[in-house]
Amino acid sequence: MADSTHMDVSYIAHLARIHLTDGETKLFQGQLDQVLTYVEQLGELDVSNVEPTAHAMALVNVLRDDTPRASLDHDAVIANAPAARDGQILVPKILE
Amino acid sequence: MKYEACIGLETHVMQKTRTKMFCGCKHEYGAAPNTNVCPVCLGYPGALPVFNAKAIELCCKAGLLLGCKINPHSKWDRKNYFYPDMSKNYQITQADQPLCLGGQIVTEVNGELKTFTLERIHQEENAAKNTHAASGSLIDYNRAGTALMEIVSTPCMHSADDAFAYIQALKLIMEYGGISDCDLEKGHMRSDVNVSVRPVGQEKLGAKVEIKNMNSPSFIVEAIKYEIERQIEVIENGGKVVQETRGYDSDRGETFSQRTKEDAHDYRYFPEPDLLPVEISAAQIAQWKSELPELPVQRRERYVKELGLPDYDAKVLTAEKSTSDFFDAACKKTKQYKLVSNYMMGKVASLVTEKSIRVVESKLTPDALAQVADLVSGGTIGSSAANELIEILFTAGGDPKAVVEAKGMAQVNDDSALEKWAEEAIAGNTKAVADYKAGNPASINSLMGYVMKQSKGKANPPAVIAMLKKKLDA
Repeated sequence: MADSTHMDVSYIAHLARIHLTDGETKLFQGQLDQVLTYVEQLGELDVSNVEPTAHAMALVNVLRDDTPRASLDHDAVIANAPAARDGQILVPKILE
Repeated sequence: MKYEACIGLETHVMQKTRTKMFCGCKHEYGAAPNTNVCPVCLGYPGALPVFNAKAIELCCKAGLLLGCKINPHSKWDRKNYFYPDMSKNYQITQADQPLCLGGQIVTEVNGELKTFTLERIHQEENAAKNTHAASGSLIDYNRAGTALMEIVSTPCMHSADDAFAYIQALKLIMEYGGISDCDLEKGHMRSDVNVSVRPVGQEKLGAKVEIKNMNSPSFIVEAIKYEIERQIEVIENGGKVVQETRGYDSDRGETFSQRTKEDAHDYRYFPEPDLLPVEISAAQIAQWKSELPELPVQRRERYVKELGLPDYDAKVLTAEKSTSDFFDAACKKTKQYKLVSNYMMGKVASLVTEKSIRVVESKLTPDALAQVADLVSGGTIGSSAANELIEILFTAGGDPKAVVEAKGMAQVNDDSALEKWAEEAIAGNTKAVADYKAGNPASINSLMGYVMKQSKGKANPPAVIAMLKKKLDA
């Protein structure tokens, strides 16, 4: 299966808004393909009798009550932002 | 060629919870920016989300109200996209195992009963609020991570009227069900609308255009009408409708092509590793079912069957939940249901329009309105005084009996006063008296008019007629 062991690195980088040089693209392409080939070994196992799951723990329904608790201090939040104005976080202009 | 439009709605409804979906930050409207935020809803690395049990309950109850099947096993997924309104760079949502499946909304469209089918309801989280300034965009994360349900219809609607009726019915059910306040101005209910057209008789759907994020039902109607016409024109001119996302410009009444945020919406969904699945037992579903409130359709039926109201009254009274709740509360205090209904649809409704406030925001209480109805049915006040009284109670409040007393609104039932006016009327209107005696019973009205004038409208009309007849027939 060619697809499961190959990832289009430049496309993924574009989706994640990461700029890669040609050299980096080539380097990561090789590394990621290696990772995928390694993981592909799992395909050798027969899992036809196993229920698919996204979790290793057999737990369900971990819920909390709808009770408010303290939020972070506003000044601390703003101090963490690269830029702020009027109590809001300022980012480069975005398109709706 | 004749064309048929196919319309599907994805409606986002903000649930009425006290806290956010995955953290204990308060969900409140109008708080100072970035004050209801924490590591979870700001997407700090390592912060872990935990389900709000109330949100899950409200989503399932919404599903039960809409006739959905509650999924015994559901899970959550990450929808990856890079946009500052979602600081984690993914939205937690449900891809393939949502909480609710199927369902339908039955509602009237131009007098015809139609059934609109639903595909699913899934539970996700809201994004932050962006404000765009010249030098950049400002982000307020108070709304980020609040509980948001997405109700997805099938492409079962065929006109803007269908879509309008669907939204109105859905809004009413959400309000009556206590799921959401559905305050459109606060963005509690927003829809993405999918529109396509196809030649009548063709089974395959045409290329679909998505119009994003609209909260006003009237704009949705305008956008759909515009889009149907635009697509038909494209096809008629030999062109092809392009599958795309469009915005709606309400000033120009047109949709316009939008650049897409992400290539082919490649959201790279994968299971959310930080959240475990939710399983809902049959016993839990039975419990929730037993707690479901009365829906508008059921309430309308009850008004007709139990209160003896005409269907027209029942329909008008249930069109808005707070009005209907007010009417219900008043009817607990009086048996004059039809009178209360008349005042709700008459004087109260005109005051609501005039003052631009809801009845629950006025000074009028259900108890006071019930008393007005009793005062009228008991003959203490007449109908014009009742309207005057309602206006006073609506704007200034107070005890109805005390207001009647203070303003001298009570009708005159006192025989000696009525007798004096009746005698004056007979003495001063010889022609009307002669007509009456000659066999024209309607001429008693002019005598009656005289008495009402003398009493400044306070004489009780049936008592006046009785007194006049007694004198004339003697």
